[in-house]
Amino acid sequence: MITLYFERFRRNRLAIAGMAVIIFLAFLAIFAARIAPHDPIIQNLTQRLSPPSARHWLGTDDLGRDVLSRLIFGTRVSLSVGFVAVGISLIIGTTLGLIAGFFGKWIDTIIMRLVDVMLSIPTLFLILAVLAFLGPNIYNVMAIIGLTAWPGLARLVRGECLSVRERDYIQAARLAGISNFRILWVHIFPNVIAPVLVSATLGVGGAVLTESALSFLGLGVQPPMPSWGNILSIGRDYLHIAWWLSLFPACAILITVLSFNLLGEGLRDVLDPRS
Amino acid sequence: MLNIEHLSVEYYRRGKTIPAVRDVSLTLAPGETLGLVGESGSGKSTLALAILRLIAPNEGRITCGKIIFGESNLLCLKDSAMRQIRGRDISMIFQDPFTALNPVMRVRDQMAEVLEAHGIRPPVAADVGSDPLVNSLRQVQLDPERVLEAYPHLLSGGQRQRVLIAMSLLTRPKLLLADEPTTALDVLVQKDILDLLFRLQRELGMAMLFISHNLGLVANYTQRIAVMKEGRLVEEGETQTLFRQPRDSYTKELIEALPAMTRGIR
Repeated sequence: MITLYFERFRRNRLAIAGMAVIIFLAFLAIFAARIAPHDPIIQNLTQRLSPPSARHWLGTDDLGRDVLSRLIFGTRVSLSVGFVAVGISLIIGTTLGLIAGFFGKWIDTIIMRLVDVMLSIPTLFLILAVLAFLGPNIYNVMAIIGLTAWPGLARLVRGECLSVRERDYIQAARLAGISNFRILWVHIFPNVIAPVLVSATLGVGGAVLTESALSFLGLGVQPPMPSWGNILSIGRDYLHIAWWLSLFPACAILITVLSFNLLGEGLRDVLDPRS
Repeated sequence: MLNIEHLSVEYYRRGKTIPAVRDVSLTLAPGETLGLVGESGSGKSTLALAILRLIAPNEGRITCGKIIFGESNLLCLKDSAMRQIRGRDISMIFQDPFTALNPVMRVRDQMAEVLEAHGIRPPVAADVGSDPLVNSLRQVQLDPERVLEAYPHLLSGGQRQRVLIAMSLLTRPKLLLADEPTTALDVLVQKDILDLLFRLQRELGMAMLFISHNLGLVANYTQRIAVMKEGRLVEEGETQTLFRQPRDSYTKELIEALPAMTRGIR
């Protein structure tokens, strides 16, 4: 089964390309300090807003900092926010979804109404309000994206759980005297992993995008710490004289989100039992 | 050993209640085989689920009656006590071996789990001779080395049903409920599985409730037969007597519906 999935995945070129880019980005993030040609924070006012050149491949910003180096360090911010936020929403969403689907009745009603409430709140405004209140920094950004992204996942997991719960092997496990807790985690959970994996992969792309938007609005990662969003935000002020300051961070965001989406779509095709 | 007295079960459908089992009384002595025959929807599977108290609370309930197993009334036991009886004293084999094994777990893990649930630790691999998993797979004539590490999709239907039988026998149950254990299998495999099941039942001295819609098949293997129709027990008796002098008209119909060849065997 695993080999079958692997074989199908290997033939999906777009998903492979997406994964390759993600691995490359992870590599950049981990070894940012060694790879970046310049320090991302030290200012060099004599080199302000210089266009791409041999010395500064992607040019410099309004304080003379190397854009390439800032983008490389920004990868760290984007990926760590993406993964941590999705990690948080995975834990909450999967747990609540499994509990709702398995126990049903009033527990299900309470959890699903909570999900409905969460889904009816415009998430970005809630995040903005909370960040304005708690103060903008990278940890608050991770936490708040994670805490608002779980309802969709909970609904997905609940649906899968409802269908797996009715299969014979769950009845057989009950009949063998196995406890509810064990049935839930050992028998049901592994059978709902596939759609969760797909949704989580797509979720990382979404979280990266949200982080960029927040940093762009000044409520995310604060300067001088570089983030794709805040570089883009500075670029807006110089759009007519320094195109490189906007184009390259925008490309970084685009490529990253696209890669996660391609990988997610690929995984969906690979794991779909009907294909 | 098993004494069912005036058992009634109902299901909920669109706000109405529908009786599935009506006032059924049955007894089963230790080591005895009782064949339970009836068309689909006659309540035979529901009866088996009721014995194990596995009727989902949002789908139906046991309205009255007693199920005496050994000393205790199963309907009065606490959930934790009932869980200990399930799988240890009473086991069940399902109709469809293709869906009764968890596709993402190795056979070894699924079998070991049954033992663990009842506080029996499987010995670490070193001592193969006394490994209960290996022994019970040998009992059902499977190659333990190959099967234990396999995922269910690598096994054929007959092999899976053998695994399920081995699993149900791990804890040496006193009573085995077999709910149409061969309906989903090829005819040739069916006979092998049934021969195996009844041989093991005799060797281990278990009581067995064998549920089937196939009267001819049941008659070949059981000493006593009970016939259900629309939730009621219409007739019960020694297999021989029941075939010679069926009292109920429905039983007569069932016997007459058998192909002549099968009738000749008894």
